[in-house]
Amino acid sequence: MKLRKVQDYFSLAGRALAFIFARPFYMQDLIQQMDEIGVKSLGIVLLTGFFTGMVLALQSSVSLARFGATMYIGSLVSASMIRELGPVLAGLMVAGRVGSGIAAQLGSMRVTEQIDALNTLGTDPIKKLVTPRVLAALIMLPVLTVINDFVGILGGNVISTVMVGIPSGLYWRTVWDQIGTDGFALRVIPTDFIQGITKPFVFGGIIAITGCYFGLNTTGGTEGVGQSTTRTVVMSSILILVVDYFLSQILLSVFAP
Amino acid sequence: MTDEKNRRGEGRRISERNADHVRAAIRDELAKDESIDAAHAPDAGTPVDAAPVIELQNVFLAFDTPILEDVSFVANKGETICIVGESGTGKSTTLKLILRLLIPEKGRVCIAGKDITPLSFVEALGVRQKMGMVFQGAALFDSMSVFENVAYPLREHTDLDEGEIEQRVREKLQFVDLDPDRVMEQLPSELSGGMRKRVGIARGMANNPEIMLYDEPTSGLDPLTTGTITRLIMKLQHELNVTSMVVSHDIRSVFRMATRVAVLHDRRIEFFGTPEEMAASDDTYLRDFLGGN
Repeated sequence: MKLRKVQDYFSLAGRALAFIFARPFYMQDLIQQMDEIGVKSLGIVLLTGFFTGMVLALQSSVSLARFGATMYIGSLVSASMIRELGPVLAGLMVAGRVGSGIAAQLGSMRVTEQIDALNTLGTDPIKKLVTPRVLAALIMLPVLTVINDFVGILGGNVISTVMVGIPSGLYWRTVWDQIGTDGFALRVIPTDFIQGITKPFVFGGIIAITGCYFGLNTTGGTEGVGQSTTRTVVMSSILILVVDYFLSQILLSVFAP
Repeated sequence: MTDEKNRRGEGRRISERNADHVRAAIRDELAKDESIDAAHAPDAGTPVDAAPVIELQNVFLAFDTPILEDVSFVANKGETICIVGESGTGKSTTLKLILRLLIPEKGRVCIAGKDITPLSFVEALGVRQKMGMVFQGAALFDSMSVFENVAYPLREHTDLDEGEIEQRVREKLQFVDLDPDRVMEQLPSELSGGMRKRVGIARGMANNPEIMLYDEPTSGLDPLTTGTITRLIMKLQHELNVTSMVVSHDIRSVFRMATRVAVLHDRRIEFFGTPEEMAASDDTYLRDFLGGN
């Protein structure tokens, strides 16, 4: 029974991804979803990114002060934000905001027979509903993550300048040095960036597919919609954290310094 | 026609006119009703050469427990088959089988002589384009306006341009006695239950289907609106000669519109025949069902 669900999950993912390249394209739905998933998540991403960067700078300044190395705050903040906290925090925030929304919407459509109606009208609900959401998440989550990274580093800049007394110029130089230290892929793309972009891409897929999976499989009326929403947030958060570990492991071994 | 708007319009004017006019108007309405009923009365017996459009042959279906066992019946072109039975006897499930939203475990479901059970998912989407389905709760897409809802099947499956789509949507909304100018831009949540049902019918018939399926079209409606919807189904069947299948609890409307009735009981077809045969039957279950004992 459990195994069957895992199979269903992956077959949903496979079909949703395969439909990206198949006609007809629901461009309007895609743009609407990019707005819903990306643009409307900007607020919480900016807020969490900025505060995370600030607290990182604050905490690391205490530890680094013991070694007299507070000037390296910039490199610590940027490495943490770009490799880990940027992607994971953006993923978790979007899972809470968007994943739950997707599950609730598709769940309500399921219990009010709108999914059946789509089927009856000769539309594949996966193509019409799941694919635009998955594609929008795949595109928008890396964008959100880059923004998250940047405001995080900016937050670190504010704290290190105001509270620790590190000049802005020095801070940004250590940030840039850190990005360069792990080498470049194809000579121009810092490997840290590749790590930092691959992760949100995967997380985006996890969030959208998990939301759609639980939404489409909703049973039991409005109560079922609530359960699907909760399950989506729990499941996608867990998946993000677990997949993050294994992905880090793989990426580190591929881009070994 | 006795659509809600007109009726409300009449109501407003009552105080302004004298009572005789009102009485005459009511008489006219009733006469219209009767003439429609007479004009749309189901033909007694089915023509011999009528081709079977929907055919279920020894269908078995089970999820965790058996739902349907050995269910067979035929709907010929232009017929209105009503499926009645107690709650949870698999009436809506039968419609889902015809739509191939479900696949039977054993047996065949044929549409226009073609077995649809072995079809692939994509092929099934094609078969469904010939059918219009009206869901119990209308199942209108609540993120779209009434216009977009009715236009949806046209946008999906036809190459009509915007002007033609709008013309077709207006035509269908008028057919179900709704004023296109008033409702087109409204959202489904702004409509009454009866209006939602009618938009559902308009959407179901937008693509000029050969088969119309209705899942409890009159449930949760007041007696007047129930009458309106029943008349609408009969009008649709009569003017466009579609084959209809109606799942209903409302025995009165069943007797009004059905050419044949299928009674589901205990996972099987207990009775399949004309309403007259049903009324004349001395089967104890049927008598209980009709008498509500």
